[in-house]
Amino acid sequence: MSGEIAQTFARAKARGEGVLVTYAMAGDPDLPRSVDVFAALVEGGADVLEIGVAFSDPIADGPVIQGAAERALKAGSTLKRVLDEVVPAVRKRCPQTPLVIMTYVNVIMAMGEARYAKLARERGVSGTILPDLPPEESASLRATFDAEGLDLIPLCAPTTPPARAQAIAKEGRGFVYCVSVSGVTGVRTELPPDLSQRLDLVRKAAPVPVVAGFGISTAEQARVLSAHADGVVVGSALVRAAHAEGPEAAKAICADIKRGLRR
Amino acid sequence: MTTETAAGRFGRYGGRYVPETLVPALQELEEAYAAASADPAFGEEIARVLREYVGRPTTLTPARRLTEAWGGANVWLKREDLAHTGAHKINNTVGQVLLAKRMGKKRIIAETGAGQHGVATATACALFGLPCEVYMGALDVERQALNVFRMRALGAVVRPVESGSRTLKDAMNEAMRTWVSQVSDTHYVIGSAAGPHPYPTVVRDFQAVIGRELRTQAQAAFGGLPDAIIACVGGGSNAIGVLHPFIGDASVRLVGVEAGGHGLHTKQHGASLTLGTEGVLHGSRSLVLQDEDGQIQEAHSISAGLDYPGVGPELAHLAKTGRMEVRIATDDEALSAFYEVARLEGILPALETSHAFARGRELARELGAGKHLVINCSGRGDKDVATISARGVPPPVGVKA
Repeated sequence: MSGEIAQTFARAKARGEGVLVTYAMAGDPDLPRSVDVFAALVEGGADVLEIGVAFSDPIADGPVIQGAAERALKAGSTLKRVLDEVVPAVRKRCPQTPLVIMTYVNVIMAMGEARYAKLARERGVSGTILPDLPPEESASLRATFDAEGLDLIPLCAPTTPPARAQAIAKEGRGFVYCVSVSGVTGVRTELPPDLSQRLDLVRKAAPVPVVAGFGISTAEQARVLSAHADGVVVGSALVRAAHAEGPEAAKAICADIKRGLRR
Repeated sequence: MTTETAAGRFGRYGGRYVPETLVPALQELEEAYAAASADPAFGEEIARVLREYVGRPTTLTPARRLTEAWGGANVWLKREDLAHTGAHKINNTVGQVLLAKRMGKKRIIAETGAGQHGVATATACALFGLPCEVYMGALDVERQALNVFRMRALGAVVRPVESGSRTLKDAMNEAMRTWVSQVSDTHYVIGSAAGPHPYPTVVRDFQAVIGRELRTQAQAAFGGLPDAIIACVGGGSNAIGVLHPFIGDASVRLVGVEAGGHGLHTKQHGASLTLGTEGVLHGSRSLVLQDEDGQIQEAHSISAGLDYPGVGPELAHLAKTGRMEVRIATDDEALSAFYEVARLEGILPALETSHAFARGRELARELGAGKHLVINCSGRGDKDVATISARGVPPPVGVKA
């Protein structure tokens, strides 16, 4: 376990707050300017940063993050460059904020699982989320990550049956990412009514904190969910704002959602 | 004989690399398929539809003039182009749509490259009364206008996909995204022997009717097994279908022909078995055209059905273990083969199929007289006439201008 993520959740809990996990795409609009976006998210109140590494075929992502991935690839973003150029710069500006890489399994395989785990840890990455790596395929990667102290953060879906959700939760590292809706990433006006029960079930089984993500973009959604989760993930709303209006707009959204997370 | 080394694994390849949301649906499909396979009534129903509707068995045609022209082995054609809708794709869609009905699914989605799988899915949906949506790369929508019309005529919705290279891989991405959003009532009919487990197995089993028929027909026609079978490989459904029943027969050479596009040195090709490296694309681990950072490269082929940077995991395993030989045919070689087959046999093969024919001559000569070479004539070329005629038509044969 990396430790940094657990400490961040513990500190938030002590303050009586839910944790705000935010996603942005490294390399959108280019590598240096994406560092400004990550720093703005933290200034707005983000507690954990998910650093997206673009993949050419992002099957779990909706149009907003697909667009960001296309821009990042055009700007020359690669996993190696994100670890060498973006992660150290973000660490420097936000030394207290745990960093989590979110990408697709093929990007990790291309670098080599062990090489990635070592390099990521050296650069100060705490965890990794791979939305196309379900539990059946993750045992060997998790062992490699565990050996380096890098958290492989699992995802749990609305379609996951209860027993399977509990098993996923038990193997959680860092936190468990509960996908709130059946679908791809992107802003939704309504979240499913049974989401709170699902979060309660996973939270009971998980040795680590539980966050809800996919579709969340407002303070009200965050407020409702924070009764059942240790935090929320916001991605597409921030990526869209940063792309359309710049880092300050994304920062303002963070600040608003963070208000919803203060109990 | 099977190459499945564990459920959904073919040596190093296969598996199920998908968002967690889809895993329960894939498990449900796996269980439903196992139950259906064990139910004789399901097998009988498929056999009946293939016989009464698809027109199976397709014939094994002696290609006498090709045999003569090539000067080697006796050449035979397994005529999947004669199956209803004009290609082998219908074998799989009939099976999967019947399976979806059995599972109580209310709608069907599919991806398509050349449009043959889309047409075959739309056809099965019309036959069995299910709504159908087909995702198709916008570039393919442009170059396969005939098949787009056929799908629409059959009542399907064609959704052009504008992302990425606007071809088959992007259509598959979009179909998967849609499936994640509507997984409870929707079945996704994958057309290639690719994708997450159990698709490579399901598609192969439904397509293996080609190879099983060939076995019987070869016995009747020349009293033995073929000495070699050749098929084109994109994702690989026609190849695995015709080759799989012969994997255990060591005397039968199995040959796959990949799209060489503009040539392997140009990076504009679809040769994932020859030049691909291990990676994960569309839910399974296989051989993939990718750069050193793990970004999937755009494939190129004159034939939309071979314009794909991945390949089914079982074919990757057969190629890597040496059981299947892999050869290459370029765009130009496929075009020449198209006219050769048209003028010597009176058959317009699909551009995909023309790749298999393009390597037929050398293989027939390697085998020599008295041997038997079967070419899987996977589809007919009507859909490709715009692409082919745009490059000009060679002069007529044996008629004074």
